[in-house]
Amino acid sequence: MDLGFFLEVVFAGLLSGVLYSLVALGFVLIFKASGVFNFAQGAMVLLAALALVRLIEWLPQWLPALADQRVVTIALAFILSGGLMIGLAYAVERAVLRPLVNQEGIILFMATLGVTYFIDGAGQTVFGSNIYNLDVGFPKDSLFLFEGVFEGGVLVNEIDLWAAVVAGMLVLFLALFFQYTATGRALRAVADDHQAAQSVGIPLNRIWVIVWAVSGLVALAAGMVWGSKLGVQFSISLLALKALPVLILGGFTSVPGAIIGGLIIGAGEKMAEVYIGSHIGGGIENWFAFMLALVFLLFRPQGLFGEKIIERV
Amino acid sequence: MTMTAPAKKIGDVMLRAENISLSFGAVKAIIDVSFEIREREILAIIGPNGAGKSSMLNCINGFYHPQQGAITFKGVRRAQMEPHEAAEQGIARTFQNIALFKGMSTLDNIMTGRNLKMKRNLFWQALRVGPALAEEIAHRDFVEHIIDFLEIQAIRKVPVGRLPYGLQKRVELGRALAAEPTLLLLDEPMAGMNIEEKQDMCRFVLDVNDQFGTTICLIEHDMGVVMDISDRVVVLDYGRKIAEGPPDVVRKDQAVIDAYLGVQH
Repeated sequence: MDLGFFLEVVFAGLLSGVLYSLVALGFVLIFKASGVFNFAQGAMVLLAALALVRLIEWLPQWLPALADQRVVTIALAFILSGGLMIGLAYAVERAVLRPLVNQEGIILFMATLGVTYFIDGAGQTVFGSNIYNLDVGFPKDSLFLFEGVFEGGVLVNEIDLWAAVVAGMLVLFLALFFQYTATGRALRAVADDHQAAQSVGIPLNRIWVIVWAVSGLVALAAGMVWGSKLGVQFSISLLALKALPVLILGGFTSVPGAIIGGLIIGAGEKMAEVYIGSHIGGGIENWFAFMLALVFLLFRPQGLFGEKIIERV
Repeated sequence: MTMTAPAKKIGDVMLRAENISLSFGAVKAIIDVSFEIREREILAIIGPNGAGKSSMLNCINGFYHPQQGAITFKGVRRAQMEPHEAAEQGIARTFQNIALFKGMSTLDNIMTGRNLKMKRNLFWQALRVGPALAEEIAHRDFVEHIIDFLEIQAIRKVPVGRLPYGLQKRVELGRALAAEPTLLLLDEPMAGMNIEEKQDMCRFVLDVNDQFGTTICLIEHDMGVVMDISDRVVVLDYGRKIAEGPPDVVRKDQAVIDAYLGVQH
């Protein structure tokens, strides 16, 4: 076997896995803090990406002063898109979560399904439904690594490396935020026990807004990276489905789990496609992740890092 | 075990519950109950199972909203109130079934009790510099005093889910104390404890009342404990108040004896 080629496959897999991780991260944050499985996470990624790409296009038209200021335009569009995601968090809390407080998990899940379709529809009504090319300045060249070690080196896309950097910084920031700030502590407290959290004076409503807003910003980061790579289009919202096996692998409540689960799925499906797919005619990449998740459900239902589910009788 | 508290000044009325009625559908949990809690006293609410004791505490801290009646706290007659608002006004509590944050350490659990005292906004917290850091250190200092007071130094880094029951109860008390409450509600603080744990908890409750001047309203089943530590007792039965007064008087009350021995209603 050609080791250089093998590494190339693994790298490509790991780097696309980073993108799955980014989406899964949004799920985990909301699930941890409110016990809600937010089906709308994929739609939020699409909305954020659409807002970003269209604002970059529209801002110079609205403000002629920005015409030559590419960097300023992108920064401004990024901030406005972030503001949109925070606004969405407020709206969801007001219109969906607050009226449904103390309802069963399945009801909240159904509500997020509704939110999904609303965001999909409204987002495309406002921002358009074509395929848009998003360029926020990520270099798109290919790089050859380890050229001295292997013949021909290992080919990676520079944009994938940037995606990994974005994801890594995001995770580091979130981990520190959750562990070392008073608000992070309040978020963990709410995740553990709603009633107890209220009794020490933590307002549930505000916590929900914060966690949905943070998830929205994670969705913006994911949308920016995915959009740069594949173009901004409706299929981004289907990413939510790819994040499911990642969550089952990593555990629904674990931030590191979302990252490592994404990497395993990404690398696993690429390797399966290349090394097994070639023997049975290909097409493995699309379902391999789900099969891996099934195997996990059989042997380790709490995932790699999830909290062990113990039912006391 | 001598439990004679030193002479203390019981002050004015801190909380007045007037004609409280609460029902869940057709079930009447509390029927027209009125009582007062005075500053610096230890008031016990007792009664058989299902008498409405926990419901009463839940009304006071805002988990339940009674259909009738009103609660006046520190002179302010309040309308419907949410639990976090009650906490802001200085009401802290513990729960019958321990409600700790099981995945977090003892220290972090008690730190959540300081949540309301932290004023720096998210932005400074996230940067973890200057004022936010100084604030965190000051609160940490306060929490260490509570940990010393409750004698739980050895378990400060242990996730509370792993602690034995009696210690969990103590951590829960610590979290309530961290908020520096003026009114502390304890829902069966000694339930399920062995005799030594009960004695420890009694001592902590009396010390909190004595040293910090905290007003305490507690629910308890162990009559020995109630008679030893409380200044006054309110007795509920089937949602109604059937007696109120100092422990010695209540103990001899015929209605109370009937309720506890089970006379036909």
